Amino acid sequence: MSKNIILYAAILVFGITAPFIFPAFKVQLSILCVLIVLALTWNIQGGEMGYNTFGNILFYGLGMYLCASVQVGMFFPLAEWTESGGEKTFVHTPAQFFQGMAFGLVVAAVIPTIVAGLIGYAILGLRGHYFAICTLGLGVAAGEISGGIEIIGAGQGFTTPPFPDVGGLEARGEFFYLLSFGALVLTFIAVRAIYFTRFKLILNAIRDNEDKAEAMGIQTMKYKIIGWMISAFFCGLAGGIMGGLVGYIDSTDVAFDGREMGVFMVLMAILGGKGTLWGPVIGATVFHIFKEGFWTFFLGWQYVALGVLIVVIVIYFPEGIMGWLREKFPERFGETIDEADRKAQVELK
Amino acid sequence: MDFMVFQYPMISVQACMDGVLLGILFALIAYGMALQWGVMNIINIAQGDLVILGGYIAYFMYLYGIHPAWGVIVAPIIMYFVGVGLYKLVINKVVDRDLFISILATFGISILFMQLMNFAFGADVVLANSGYGTTFLFDSAVVLPNSKIFSASISILFAICLVIYMKKSKLGRAIRATAQNSRAAKILGVDTEKVYAATFGINAALCGVAGALISITFTIHPYMGLPYTIRSFMIVIVAGLGNLPGVALSGMGLGVFEEFADYILGTEFRIGAVFLLLVLILVYRRFKLSRKREYLK
Repeated sequence: MSKNIILYAAILVFGITAPFIFPAFKVQLSILCVLIVLALTWNIQGGEMGYNTFGNILFYGLGMYLCASVQVGMFFPLAEWTESGGEKTFVHTPAQFFQGMAFGLVVAAVIPTIVAGLIGYAILGLRGHYFAICTLGLGVAAGEISGGIEIIGAGQGFTTPPFPDVGGLEARGEFFYLLSFGALVLTFIAVRAIYFTRFKLILNAIRDNEDKAEAMGIQTMKYKIIGWMISAFFCGLAGGIMGGLVGYIDSTDVAFDGREMGVFMVLMAILGGKGTLWGPVIGATVFHIFKEGFWTFFLGWQYVALGVLIVVIVIYFPEGIMGWLREKFPERFGETIDEADRKAQVELK
Repeated sequence: MDFMVFQYPMISVQACMDGVLLGILFALIAYGMALQWGVMNIINIAQGDLVILGGYIAYFMYLYGIHPAWGVIVAPIIMYFVGVGLYKLVINKVVDRDLFISILATFGISILFMQLMNFAFGADVVLANSGYGTTFLFDSAVVLPNSKIFSASISILFAICLVIYMKKSKLGRAIRATAQNSRAAKILGVDTEKVYAATFGINAALCGVAGALISITFTIHPYMGLPYTIRSFMIVIVAGLGNLPGVALSGMGLGVFEEFADYILGTEFRIGAVFLLLVLILVYRRFKLSRKREYLK
């Protein structure tokens, strides 16, 4: 246990000092934090609960739009802001910017949670592939519909408030890094807290056999909805931060980007290992390094590479890195192996 | 919001006829999806991208001076081999696995196809002009392009041919047997691997026909595949697997719904309305089924 505390402390210290050690990678590190948050939250559905969703992007996009709208709408008329596009007719003072951001992030986290509760009641009763396709439809529909609403910029996009003039680019990078790292720490603590409770066992029971879990007297619907609400909370938060970081929101290319973020979160969780605590973290880190390292070589071909990557990971590597490690070193995961049993299995093969 | 529909009743007639002609095309794609869903238990997200690829084949014939209507014959032949190749490369590895694996794998294929088509054919919205002219009905109040009538009749022709083929031919019988029980079919000497490859090929060929017709009638664009997948999925779950008249009817219904959504909500919400309808249908289905389950208790 004490080893774990040292490990966590080391990661925390590294996380806080990282932007000062690698000042050139601040934006990349912030994006990495957001990606890890998304992978961790997807894992609650896809890994623990067995409900493979493509729809968590809905909360991410919703959070992004809500945070930016609140940040603008608190001080200036929203419609005029979006109409003026990139031109700076209104300028936030630093105090206004930070107040708006703080309040916007709260709204960006809370409203998606409520939305998740409402639609969760309707669609979490769907099973298997029906649920997957339904959530895919939800994500795309949200993108198409938000692309038609005038007040949030419709098809031409929404420019989020620029960072106020305190400390320039460096301060902006550090601010957003610390914000996203904070969100990551918060998410990890929450997910880890869930990981050792009865709640997680119930989610696993739902994954393994939902009918049996229901027959055992577990109100599965209640737990499914709570699980989805937890995911939505952190997805919305991550979306709000990402909106400020990117500085520009487009309905289908940034916010409800099912072709990038929506797939990334699934892929990262599967790459790292579904249903493990550290899997999504490792998966997201590996994926992000791969993405940033190789995307530039495939310039223009990145979606082709992404498509091939999805097919390869899903077909040949569905257990992920953690699953592979578990198979290699079972003792590390607290599993004891009966030597005779293992030999019998090898002979069977 | 545009309430023209209510002020001028003739527009409703126009929308209905457009919708029915469009819906027949959707039903053709959905038939392919129902076929491979029933036989292989796979939901193919790349369905719409196969459609668009078929459309580009017809468009290229048009660019090289051949009448695009010949695409109806060329596209399915090429697409059959694309489908079989795809099966041999990827799909055969996901057939007996979890359904989500197949959804995700075909999602990957869909992204791959989208981007490859974007490179090969450019990101422009294109249309293969058939030069068929238009038909005017009811004192020119209803305008129907002949190409739409042509495409609907060709789809019906292909659907009828396929139904007869499935009933009479040896391969058709093998496909139906595999759909009923693949293990039993294997024991009785059906080469299920071959049947799966043929099914996926036939599905791709149907998509090719539909795509060629869409490129004549409407427009195609590399990123327009996903809505066709969702439409065919929706039609299949409304109609149920193996219910052909149901597929045709719900296809037409979807076409009419889309035309009305287009008139009432505006074109920018058309795709959004389709996806929302999918969610609504699934939710309705869930509540209907849960009521049945309570009844059983």
